[in-house]
Amino acid sequence: MTVVEFLGCMFLAFGPPFFMFILTIAHDPVRIIILIAAAFFWLLSLLISSFWWFIVYPLRNDLVFGVIFSVIFQEFFRGVIYSILRRAQIGLTKLTDDTTTLIENKHILAYVSGLGFGIISGAFSLINVLADSVGPGTMGLKSGTEMFFISSSTITLCFILLHTFWGVIFFDAMDKKNTLVITAVVVSHLLVSCLTLLNRYQVYYYTIVPIAIICALTGLFAFKTAGGSYKGFKSSFVYR
Amino acid sequence: MELMDGHVATKTSSGQGNSRHALPNDNKRRDRRDHPSDSGDASGNRETERNEQSRTSGQSRRHSIDIPSEMSRHEEEEELKYGAKHVIKLFAPVSLCMVVVVATINTVDFYSVKDMYLVYTPFHEESSETTTKVWNAAANSLILMCVIVIMTILLILLYKYRCYKTIHGWLIISSLMLLSIFSYLYLEEVLRAYDIPMDYPTLLFGMWNFGVMGMICIHWQGPLKLQQAYLIFIAALMALVFIKYLPEWTTWAVLAVISIWDLIAVLMPKGPLRILVETAQERNEQIFPALIYSSTYMYTSVTAADDSSTRTSNTSPDEHGFTRDWVDNHEERAARRRVDEPQTGGRSTTGNQANQPSAYDEEERGVKLGLGDFIFYSVLVGKASSYGDWNTTLACFVAILIGLCLTLLLLAIFQKALPALPISITFGLVFYFITKQIVTPFSDSLSNEQVFI
Repeated sequence: MTVVEFLGCMFLAFGPPFFMFILTIAHDPVRIIILIAAAFFWLLSLLISSFWWFIVYPLRNDLVFGVIFSVIFQEFFRGVIYSILRRAQIGLTKLTDDTTTLIENKHILAYVSGLGFGIISGAFSLINVLADSVGPGTMGLKSGTEMFFISSSTITLCFILLHTFWGVIFFDAMDKKNTLVITAVVVSHLLVSCLTLLNRYQVYYYTIVPIAIICALTGLFAFKTAGGSYKGFKSSFVYR
Repeated sequence: MELMDGHVATKTSSGQGNSRHALPNDNKRRDRRDHPSDSGDASGNRETERNEQSRTSGQSRRHSIDIPSEMSRHEEEEELKYGAKHVIKLFAPVSLCMVVVVATINTVDFYSVKDMYLVYTPFHEESSETTTKVWNAAANSLILMCVIVIMTILLILLYKYRCYKTIHGWLIISSLMLLSIFSYLYLEEVLRAYDIPMDYPTLLFGMWNFGVMGMICIHWQGPLKLQQAYLIFIAALMALVFIKYLPEWTTWAVLAVISIWDLIAVLMPKGPLRILVETAQERNEQIFPALIYSSTYMYTSVTAADDSSTRTSNTSPDEHGFTRDWVDNHEERAARRRVDEPQTGGRSTTGNQANQPSAYDEEERGVKLGLGDFIFYSVLVGKASSYGDWNTTLACFVAILIGLCLTLLLLAIFQKALPALPISITFGLVFYFITKQIVTPFSDSLSNEQVFI
């Protein structure tokens, strides 16, 4: 069960992001660099939230505290990377081969940095769990629940996708100075993170289903934001 | 599109000047070729060289004078654009090297067990007191540092007095050792770890082919990919040796000390590596091709003959005497620790090709990174992974890549050889210790409760 479970969980969590990376990012060096830069900024945000969690030791066992501040720091760093990218945009267009797409489609930068956030946050939350899943030992044999790994990787996948969507929505809202949408992003991030606090009671149906629904709705919203339409969606399946 | 136009113009203006290739200072020359219409902001250095160029290939020079000054901006943009590609061209091998090291550390116990130590590290940190450990580590790293400094100076002296044969022999012997003895040990441990039986004839046959092929590829010639693969393998092997044979704290101390030394050696006016670079440029030679990973070919002797197009054959093989390879001696490691400017590989510069945009894409400019950088990056990541925490490993990996990015950005700005270790290693060390002490407890408690942020 161990190796099979490991592979299944890994592909479940990182399969879609991996192919998003291969299909949309790997061909352009600039996008790879932005992805890694976004990952770096997420790391910085994690660092600061850990510091905060570490300093306020009376609340160290209350994860709610750490989670809420971590979300705030992450969104702050999303804002930081937004302002850096927008400022560097003119320079960036000089760097890339397909100049036109980067200028015309502002959402590419948003998407890439969002995916960078997502991949690194997913990796940080799952990679150690996955490493343990190879064995020796199996979850749920004596205590705990056997759903541990699969639920973790499902939520990780949701988070990676959510970060990507949030990236797109957030960047667009910042462009339009739409504070309502920015607040919505932060609030939905808070909501989803706080939902996962329920995982300790192992009520996975009550956490994964809402998270998946929020993920789908956010995805739809991001799709709309990026200028997608039902017609365009349909025509993307037509073979040309 | 403007960009395209710009570069085509550049190409035609400078494409024909084959005679330029006889000029000294190969690396600098590439600069000039790419900035033929550089306006006054060019450095004085480049300015003088440009005069040389105008003497030899006055024809092309005159063309480019007419090009408006925006041109130079376009060219700089191109420089940057290629910069982005170079970053990726280095990301891939650096990541590959780290992956090899991390995979080995995590599967083969041999490399994380401490039983033997290098001769250069006489203090083994066996005491349980922290202070003793600290001074042990400091002493060890200083001793190692002294060895490196002395060997570097020796190498520079040998190079200065043109003892090419000695250097060449030295490099061949050391790479032979790495490709035979160390590879054999590595293979033995891997086989043992995976419990795979193998008879000696097969092993000898395989090792012989591997070693001889490696020597041919590294010292003579072979497919570029194969050569790069061998260099990466050698760097990984060396990193594993360091991780295995250096005491715990010494490893971290050495990483810190060596990046400082790198800074001094490359940037100080009288720094040995700087002297090396300058001497090599004076002599119109590759700057120690023996010690450097390059993303393009460094020699062009064979391919040059196959068509009428003139190659920028920088040097013929017997001229520069040595080709790149790796050695386990410390001195070269220092020389390797240097990113070099993007440098001309074999690129065809026929006039008719220059008019096609595609010709531009085919043109190859390499970027060089010392193998020592590979080694110490891998040492850092490998050491971080040897404690079994993947978050730390990942953090170090991202930090090193970002450091490399910044170094290459600085390279594009300053256009001279820069030390590649300081920024990356500093980032790596900072992230390692912070992640280990602070982030890991936080993320562990998060993942225990299955809380996601």
